[in-house]
Amino acid sequence: MTDMNPDKARRSASLHRPDARTRRRNAAEKRFRACGLAAILLGLFFLLVLVATILRNGAPAFTRTVLEIELTLSPAQVDAAEAEVFKTRAYAQLFIAALQDQLETRGLDVAFDAGALERIVGQPGGTIRAHFQANPGQIGEPVVFELAASSRVDGYFNGRVSRATLQDSRFLQASDLDLVDALADAGILRRAFNLTFLTGADSGVDNPGGAGIGAALVGSVYMMFVVLALALPIGIAASIHLEEFAPKNRVTDLIEVTISNLAAVPSIVFGILGLAVFIQVLHLPQSAPLVGGLVLTLMTLPTIIISTRAALKAVPPSVRDAALGVGASQMQAVFHHVLPLAMPGILTGTIIGLAQALGETAPLLLIGMVGFVARGYPEGVVAGFTEPNSAMPAQIYTWAARADAGFYDKAWGGIIVLLVFLLTMNLIAILLRRRFERRW
Amino acid sequence: MFDAPHPTLATPTTPPTRTDPKIAACNVDVHYGTTHALRDVSVEIEDRTVTAFIGPSGCGKSTFLRCLNRMNDTIDSARVTGVILLDGEDIHDRRVDPVQLRARVGMVFQKPNPFPKSIYDNIAYGPRIHGLARSKADLDGIVERALRRGAIWEEVKDRLQASGTGLSGGQQQRLCIARAIATEPEVLLMDEPCSALDPIATAQVEELIDELRASYSVVIVTHSMQQAARVSQKTAFFHMGRLVEYDATSKIFTNPEDARTESYITGRIG
Ligand SMILES: Nc1ncnc2c1ncn2[C@@H]1O[C@H](COP(=O)(O)OP(=O)(O)O)[C@@H](O)[C@H]1O
Ligand SMILES: [Mg+2]
Repeated sequence: MTDMNPDKARRSASLHRPDARTRRRNAAEKRFRACGLAAILLGLFFLLVLVATILRNGAPAFTRTVLEIELTLSPAQVDAAEAEVFKTRAYAQLFIAALQDQLETRGLDVAFDAGALERIVGQPGGTIRAHFQANPGQIGEPVVFELAASSRVDGYFNGRVSRATLQDSRFLQASDLDLVDALADAGILRRAFNLTFLTGADSGVDNPGGAGIGAALVGSVYMMFVVLALALPIGIAASIHLEEFAPKNRVTDLIEVTISNLAAVPSIVFGILGLAVFIQVLHLPQSAPLVGGLVLTLMTLPTIIISTRAALKAVPPSVRDAALGVGASQMQAVFHHVLPLAMPGILTGTIIGLAQALGETAPLLLIGMVGFVARGYPEGVVAGFTEPNSAMPAQIYTWAARADAGFYDKAWGGIIVLLVFLLTMNLIAILLRRRFERRW
Repeated sequence: MFDAPHPTLATPTTPPTRTDPKIAACNVDVHYGTTHALRDVSVEIEDRTVTAFIGPSGCGKSTFLRCLNRMNDTIDSARVTGVILLDGEDIHDRRVDPVQLRARVGMVFQKPNPFPKSIYDNIAYGPRIHGLARSKADLDGIVERALRRGAIWEEVKDRLQASGTGLSGGQQQRLCIARAIATEPEVLLMDEPCSALDPIATAQVEELIDELRASYSVVIVTHSMQQAARVSQKTAFFHMGRLVEYDATSKIFTNPEDARTESYITGRIG
C-alpha cells in the first residue's frame, strides 16, 4: 500500500500549487541559469575592458605629431642655397625663417634657436631639399610640408612625456616644450594620421616614429598563404583517407592517437623541428616566410585533421549509403556528397587553425623571424616567400621588448592591426560557410 | 501451384525453375566480427517478380539484402561467404566492380535518404555518373520518366529545383525509389521502404512496387505481413539468421510447411 502513496499524493495535489519536489527542481534550474548568465556577463566585461584598453593604448600608434608648414621658395633662394657648402643647412635656415614668419603673422612672439627646433623636428633641411630636387616645377609655388616630430614630442602629445620626465634628457629639454606648446597653439604642430605605421617596415631601435607594421603584415600574409595552401589540402586528404578509406585497425588507431597528441605539443617544439629539418637539413633560407609557413603548417595540421574528421563523422551514414546505392564509387560518394556537407565544419576547424598560426611567436623565434629589423618590403611577389621578414606577433614582441618608450604605442597599435586582420579572416570564413550552408 | 522444393533443404542442387533465376544465392554466410548473422542461406530470386523477405527483427533480412548488391563491403567487420550469382555471374568474382554491380542492383533504404540537393539533382545524379544521358534534354527526359514511374511527378514537377529534403516522408521515399530506377537497374532491393510512412504513402509505394514488377525483379524486406501478402508473389521467411521457408506467397500465408513460419505469421513469435 505504501508504494501507492506518492502516486495518490500527486493525483490529489493541485496543479496551481507546485509540490516541494517541483519547487526544488525549478529553484535549481534558476540558480544554474543565473550562474550561466553571470559567467557570460563576466566574460563580456573582461572582453570590454580588453578591447577598451587595446583601443586606448593602441590608437596613438595610428597618429603621429607633425609640423605642418607652407613654404614658398623663390628660384633665387633655391639657387643661393644650392651655392652654399652646407646645402641642407641653408634650406633649414629658409625653413626657420618661414616658421618665424608664420608665428609672427599669428601674433605670437616666441624666441627659439635652431637647436631647439632640431630637437623637435630633427633636420628638415634634407627633406625640403630632396622635395624641390625631385619637383623643380614647384619652385616658386607654395608647398605644404608635413614634417614628423621627434618621438619625445610625440610622447608629450600622448601624455607619455612631461616636463618632469624630461629633466636632463639630451633629446628634448623641458624649455623646448614652451616652443612646442606655442607651435601647437598656432596649429602648426598637430596630430595627423600616421600612414607609415600601416605601410612601413620596422625602424631602428632609436626611431619609434618611423616604425611600421606593414612589412610584418606582408610576412604574416605570406605565411598564411603557405599554411592555407599546404595544411588545408593535406589535412583534408589525410582526414578523408583516415575516415573513409583506411581500415580500422591498430595502425590507424595509433595514427589517430598520435595526431591528437601532436595537437597538444607546444608550438616551440615545432619551431625547433623546423630549424632542424627545413633550415639545417634542407637548407631553406633563414627568417623566410616560407619556412615560417612550413613550421606553422606542421603546427596547424593536427587541428585541421581533428576538426575535419569530426565534420566527416557528423555527416549521416545514410548519405553515403544513398550514393553507393545508386552506384557511385566511394570516392564519388565522398567528393560529391560527404565533403560538401562537411565543408562548414572543415572551414571552422581551418579558421581556428589559421588563427592559432597567425598569433604564434614562439616557433618563429627559432627560425630567426623574431627580432629581425625588416629592411622593407620583399622585392617581388615570389621573393616574398624567401626573403627575410617578420610576422605581426613577432614584430609586436620585438617592439614590446625595446627600451624606447615610443615603441610602447607601436606594440599596442600592432595588436590592433593583428586583431583586425584576424577578424577579417574570420569574416571571410563565415561568409564562405554561409555559402556552403545555404546550399540546402 | 507448382511444387516448390522444401526450403530447409535448399541446396545448390535445387532443380531449376522454368525460367532461370535472376539471382541465385548458395550457402551464404555472413559474420559481423564474431556475430554469425546469416547462416547457410540459399535462395533463387526470379525476374519480374516481387519477392518479400519477412521475419522477426534481427533475423538477418537486411543483412542478406545487403549481400545482393555487396553493400556489406562497406562494413569493415562484415565477412560474407558463399556464392551469389546475378544472371549466372558470380558477383564476388575478382573482376566484378561493386560499383558496376550496384548500378544494376539498385537499393532503396529503410529511412528515406534523399541527397541534400535539388529534386532534379537527386534523380539526375545516378544517370550522370553512369553516363546515361548524352545531352541536357536527354537528362531532362530521364528525370521526368523516373519521377513519373516513381509516382511523384505530378507533385514535384513545378519545383524540380527545390530541395529534396524539403519533401514529406512519403514523397521523399518515392523520390528515393525514382532515384533508384533512374539508373535503370535490373533488380531493385527495398529494405522496409514503408516503415517510416503513413498508410496513404504506404499504399502509394505498394502500388508503385506492383507496377515495377512489370520490368524489374523487386526484393522487399518488410515487417508487415499484410504488406508481404499484398505486394509479393514469393515470400522468404527468415528466423535467427536462417532461411526457414521460401515459397509462393499464397502458400506461405495459407499453408506453411514449417511450424516456425506458422507461429510467426499467426503472431506467436516475432
Ligand atoms: N553493421 C553491423 N555490425 C554488427 N552487427 C550487425 C550489423 N548489422 C547487423 N548486425 C547484426 O546482424 C543481425 C542481423 O541484423 P539485420 O540483418 O539488420 O536484421 P533485420 O532482419 O532486422 O534486418 C543482428 O543480430 C544484428 O545485430
Ligand atoms: Mg533490417
